[in-house]
Amino acid sequence: MSGLRVLKPGPQSLLQDGGRFGWQHLGVSPAGPLDLHAAAWANHLLDNPWGTPLLEVALGYLELESELDTWLALTGAQVAATLDGAPLPPWSRFPLRAGQRLKLGFARSGQRAYLAVAGGFRAPSLLGSVSTQLREGLGGGDGLGRPLRAGDLLPCRPVNLARAASVPWPYQPDYRAPAQLRVIGGGAAAGFAADQLQAFFERSWQLSPQSDRMGARLLGEPLVAPPQQWSQGVGRGAIQVPPDGRPIILQADHQTMGGYPILGWLHPLDQARLAQCPAHHELRFSPVDLGEAQAELRGFYRFFGR
Amino acid sequence: MMRFEPAGAEALLLVLAEQPDAQLPLRIALLAERIRAELGPLLRDLVPSWTGLLLHYDLTRTDHRQLAERLSPLLPRWLAEPLPAEGGRLHQIPIWYAGADLAEVARLCRLSVEQVIELHSSTEYRVGAIGFAPGFAYLGDLHERLALPRRSTPRTRVPAGSLAIVERQTAVYPQASPGGWHLLGLCPRRLFDVQREPPCPLVVGDRVRFVAVDEQSFRAEGGPL
Repeated sequence: MSGLRVLKPGPQSLLQDGGRFGWQHLGVSPAGPLDLHAAAWANHLLDNPWGTPLLEVALGYLELESELDTWLALTGAQVAATLDGAPLPPWSRFPLRAGQRLKLGFARSGQRAYLAVAGGFRAPSLLGSVSTQLREGLGGGDGLGRPLRAGDLLPCRPVNLARAASVPWPYQPDYRAPAQLRVIGGGAAAGFAADQLQAFFERSWQLSPQSDRMGARLLGEPLVAPPQQWSQGVGRGAIQVPPDGRPIILQADHQTMGGYPILGWLHPLDQARLAQCPAHHELRFSPVDLGEAQAELRGFYRFFGR
Repeated sequence: MMRFEPAGAEALLLVLAEQPDAQLPLRIALLAERIRAELGPLLRDLVPSWTGLLLHYDLTRTDHRQLAERLSPLLPRWLAEPLPAEGGRLHQIPIWYAGADLAEVARLCRLSVEQVIELHSSTEYRVGAIGFAPGFAYLGDLHERLALPRRSTPRTRVPAGSLAIVERQTAVYPQASPGGWHLLGLCPRRLFDVQREPPCPLVVGDRVRFVAVDEQSFRAEGGPL
């Protein structure tokens, strides 16, 4: 099968689909795109169904050469993409012919670009998903949970679409703006002293450079956390407060169980915003009602056909 | 006592007890089976642990209120059902007791190496939870004479198949990973394999016995070195 040849893999480019669900009772993390919003748009631009396998390209620097004629879509971080040297518009789909080279520069705004291909990239499905989980060694092109490497072939089909298309500009986020992130209450929130909860929402936090796809760590004046509980299942977006008082927000590669007290959950659509923040970016939090968050999320899923 | 708590926009936590007890894992495992059979299509994941269950639901099909409404009338009946006398499948897992910390554990517990092996392999354990890593099953209760705190410095790499103990728990590391538990031995079997159906032979509520084997049997069973 032919496809796209990787000339330069970039610092961390990962194959992801909708996530590996249904195995958390055996300790398997769901993985999936860190920014569901940009990933959903990349697939939507190509009329791909929700969760079609695409690439999550951290920081850019990816270079590919095509062996066939097809269409791609690029969303997320602004990475100064060029096709044989000609600049490409952001948040758009575009044709790629055999022999052409796609080059992504350094991410100037945002952290992760999403590159989708019409019909999706082909890879072996493990436990129902091709999503790359680095820690568990699952998924990706060879099934071993590795990032892209130079020389890899990304198999896909030749496709011809009629015309170019772009995401309407109001839906293209400005990742340079301060991140105001909404938090659904609950969990052990009642166990936190009132002034500690208030402090969480009033203080300004910074994203720690120690963050990864498993968890976003916050830097700032530590909180006083209630004691640990018996470990329970945990989900994406959970804001854990370990004994050192520095919150950790669970992301796509989260562990399946945890015992740290949970202050609340990041609004699922604001997890996408967080995924695009560079280290030391300022983060502020505000409460959101559960029903309101669910209504917005349902609308998002409906629009993208999940 | 029993309560539901929304856990974000797409999950519902069912808390059955504040403290775990010996029968609870089996009770929770049976409950998980019932819920899966009754509400499976509404759920994306169902994670049992020592004191409860986390239901990751599909928000396009249901929400926390509807799930709680459907479960509330069923739970008291399910929880009142008698547990099967033995309950939970029994797994016999071979172990070559030759772990890097065996002598150290014996010294810290003021036992001989033989006594450590005897105490560890004469107990029937129950799977209380599976997490930390794919197929990593927390087994309890370890004999109190073997209870030790975590190592002060965790190892950066514990070999795959390592049998380890900490406090009142024991487990086999299915993959190589960092870890702060004390290593007693090696298991020749793979306890997590995506090519197998199911990928992990253990489920919460199952019973486990470790059977001491020598190096020769360990190798004959396919144990790596």
